[in-house]
Amino acid sequence: MSNFPFLSVLTVAPLVGALVVAFLPRHRPELAKQVAFVWSLLVLVLSVVMWVSFNAGGDRFQFRESYSWIPNWGVSFTFAADGIALVMLMLIAVLVPLVILASWHDADSSKRSVPVYFALLLVLECTMIGVFAAADVFLFYVFFEVMLVPMYFLIGSYGGHQRQYAAVKFFLYSLVGGLFMLAAVIGLWVVGGKTFDWQALTQVDISTGTERWLFLGFFLAFAIKAPFFPFHTWLPDAGGAAPAGAAALLVGVLDKVGTFGILRYCLPLFPEASKWFAPWALALGVIGIIYAALLAVGQNDLKRLVSYTSIAHFGFIGVGIFAFTTQAGTGAVLYMLNHGLATGLLFLVVGMLISRRGSSLISDFGGAGKLVPVLAGVLFFAGLASLALPGTAPFISEFLVLIGTFTVNKPVAVIATLGIILAAAYVLWMVQRTTQGTLNPALTEVDGMRRDLNLREKVVVAPLIALIVLLGFFPKPVTDVINPAVQATMDDIGRTDPAPSVGGTVQEAAR
Amino acid sequence: MTELNLPSINYSAISPILIMLGTALLGVLVEALVPRRWRHVVQLTLALLAVLAALTMVVLNADERIITAGQALAIDGPTLFLQGAILVLAAMALLLIGDRSVERGGAFVAQAAVTAESADDRRQAEGRNGLTEVYPLTTFAIGGMLIFVAANDLLTMFIALEVFSLPLYLLCALARRRRLLSQEAAMKYFLLGAYASAFFLFGVALIYGFTAGIPGRSAGVDFATIHAAVGESPASPVLLFAGMALLAIGLLFKAAAAPFHVWTPDVYQGAPTPVTAFMAACTKVAAFGALLRVFQVAFGDANWDFTPVLGAVAVLTMLIGAVLAVTQTDIKRLLAYSSIANAGYLLVGVLAPSREGLAGTMFYLVAYGFSVLAAFAVVTLVRDDDGEATHLSRWAGLGRRSPFFAALFTFILLAFAGIPLTSGFTSKFAIFGPALDGGQAWLVIAGVLTSMVLAFPYLRVVVMMWLSEPGESTPTVTVPGGLTSAALMIGVLATLVLGVAPAPLLDLAAGAAEFVR
Repeated sequence: MSNFPFLSVLTVAPLVGALVVAFLPRHRPELAKQVAFVWSLLVLVLSVVMWVSFNAGGDRFQFRESYSWIPNWGVSFTFAADGIALVMLMLIAVLVPLVILASWHDADSSKRSVPVYFALLLVLECTMIGVFAAADVFLFYVFFEVMLVPMYFLIGSYGGHQRQYAAVKFFLYSLVGGLFMLAAVIGLWVVGGKTFDWQALTQVDISTGTERWLFLGFFLAFAIKAPFFPFHTWLPDAGGAAPAGAAALLVGVLDKVGTFGILRYCLPLFPEASKWFAPWALALGVIGIIYAALLAVGQNDLKRLVSYTSIAHFGFIGVGIFAFTTQAGTGAVLYMLNHGLATGLLFLVVGMLISRRGSSLISDFGGAGKLVPVLAGVLFFAGLASLALPGTAPFISEFLVLIGTFTVNKPVAVIATLGIILAAAYVLWMVQRTTQGTLNPALTEVDGMRRDLNLREKVVVAPLIALIVLLGFFPKPVTDVINPAVQATMDDIGRTDPAPSVGGTVQEAAR
Repeated sequence: MTELNLPSINYSAISPILIMLGTALLGVLVEALVPRRWRHVVQLTLALLAVLAALTMVVLNADERIITAGQALAIDGPTLFLQGAILVLAAMALLLIGDRSVERGGAFVAQAAVTAESADDRRQAEGRNGLTEVYPLTTFAIGGMLIFVAANDLLTMFIALEVFSLPLYLLCALARRRRLLSQEAAMKYFLLGAYASAFFLFGVALIYGFTAGIPGRSAGVDFATIHAAVGESPASPVLLFAGMALLAIGLLFKAAAAPFHVWTPDVYQGAPTPVTAFMAACTKVAAFGALLRVFQVAFGDANWDFTPVLGAVAVLTMLIGAVLAVTQTDIKRLLAYSSIANAGYLLVGVLAPSREGLAGTMFYLVAYGFSVLAAFAVVTLVRDDDGEATHLSRWAGLGRRSPFFAALFTFILLAFAGIPLTSGFTSKFAIFGPALDGGQAWLVIAGVLTSMVLAFPYLRVVVMMWLSEPGESTPTVTVPGGLTSAALMIGVLATLVLGVAPAPLLDLAAGAAEFVR
């Protein structure tokens, strides 16, 4: 089974589905939804098969496929997945069907075509899979840029308040980053002897000055995408305006392309420059953790609040990557997965609340738990997961990042820990103001607020809750896959972990 | 008295030129002899057949690498590639010019001599058939362009410049509606074009002086002589630099590069849209073909001297085109500024001193030509009772009214913005790669930065079409007849194919990318 061309099939399948869905008759929206959902389930099944056939102890890159594309420039359709990419591919495959299910009625109220909405979601899935599966820098760039187009229309056509502004801001920010990366990609191509093959490029010896410029080109694109402070201002707008499902994918997966890109491209391709820039990157990460958390505390809009919490979490991921230890790196990758699950869940639940109330302002809620107890409970759980309560999956990753950082850089680890306290503040205060306390009398007059979660919504949240709890207690299947890949990345930049000073307990914790 | 030797001429090699000019003359006869109601069909068929025949000859000559007609014409790889490009793009432009389904009687005035805005003028606007003289004019222009890219001495180049410019001046004045704007455009284009030609001619004279006095060679303006003179002329280099500068002014004017670009928005806006499309695609190819030949064949050894200056022009062009495009409210003017910015990108390619650079520039010309033709084809379709609705506010909500055409236009705009899987991306790569390889990192960075700026106006149009609600004044898109549809679909398909599978054309360009000297 390992000879099956998993990655190319996974990339193409959603695109085919999107074409099918887009050409379904506009007056039969239910059919479009069903086809899109079933299609995304098929992709999930295929991904699970791929996960099972991945050999965790085997080669770093597996499922490698290569087809010639533009021989004049040395461009090829080369796909390959390491452990990091595999985890992200699984996350996409799990999230997309849930998002489709959660967005079942999102497009109904707009005057736009319903089939097109679901087709766009599938196109987005195609580009997301492609960007993680690509092992050719040019191909990666293509997916990285094309990804903007479906997201742009999802936000711009189906979003809420200020959607045009948010869509254009999102597109322009990402395009600016992408164009800087394009300059660096061309530069890399020139110094690398006119090839785009990732493996060949890692062997290239680049002069120090050039390497730093190329690193900056890539890093800027990824820092905007992730987003790191101070390139983050587009995310609250985009996350606030996007429909909840699209927002879950935006924050849960799309933004991970930035951190994934740093791990896959910046570090192995420009190891010296990565080390040289690491203090600055760590500083950006730490500032992001504190600054975004403080802003999150002050938000009155649910979706913007969740967006800001994500920026703080990306700060943690950035710190984990640039600490250059295996624990921190593994923690960062695990964080990427867990954040996708927890924040994805939080966005979806918040979306359910907002669609019931017809408003995304926290001040419009109050005591909602008395009307919709199950929904309020799920919101509470999602909040606890995203503040990394022990027992939920994000705790493991946050802990790994912090101890991995502590062994090499104590001040950063200490300041980052403050972020945990702030996280408790913004999550608990948000939960308190929306679902606890005295019932806001206006709520009882809204029809939607009298309906608790229906079966469809329960089906959406149940798998995510289960995964968060499961990975909170038993992350081994995932860490086994991630660890070798992170180890290899650390080898690429020539960093070894500091010897454990207290009898190996740190190393044990990483297992 | 010295003996006059008749130069030998390879007629088959120059047959595309002869076919186009011959057809143009034939077209004049058709005007005189064929009854009025048949003229449109006969002229259009004739012109299209001629383009097809010329294209066939270009393909048959594909392996020709000679200098013929004395030293006047060089039929080599770049010539044939660019001639082929001009002919293909011209065929699409002819389809737009010949269309009478979108507007009754076509896009051209029925009687150019009628006073604009008079009662007669209003009557002619209501659907009397347009002038058929546009076809011979267009074929003359195409013929001139074919000579322009093949010209191997500066005098031939000057004559070719005039042969293709004069019909264009006239064509600009022939819009059916908004005739004052159209005539103003033609007047501006003509006056400024005449200045540019004068500069060019003065440059030729200075270069001629510069070539005098090389041992063993007589003075001349053919490129081999100039090339030799750059290395060994005893004359003052001031002559060379001044001559180069003046020639460059003449050529950069045609290419719409800053600071010689000011005519572009007015002319693009005023001219009948099919003519604008023709100019944006074919004139660009011709102008850059000539620029490439002059600066790589004749002055190639002086590239240390002209690269900084042309580089500065390129940066200025990209910057002006991109920044001013942001402020535009008229779609034709927006496309004009975008065409200026694209001239800047093309100049980056001209300054990449390698085969790859030349191949990339030629690839860019073709890719851009297809996209821009398709873009203007859509512009001809968005109209109301008063003709084309070119103000951007009128395009609000077009995606809701006519999703198909709005989708096509969105695709073209994404291509202009350089999004991957469109030819706009591959062609930028084809130019920036060799430029960076040739050590012109500053030009690439300027190109990337201006691309960001330029993305904004394109995006604004996309927002207008899709994300705004249609207003009272949103026009509907006229469903086009076969001719415009064909041109539009060819342009869109080419933009897609060159973005997804550019390898065949890249191979072709790479194989053709060597000048004979």
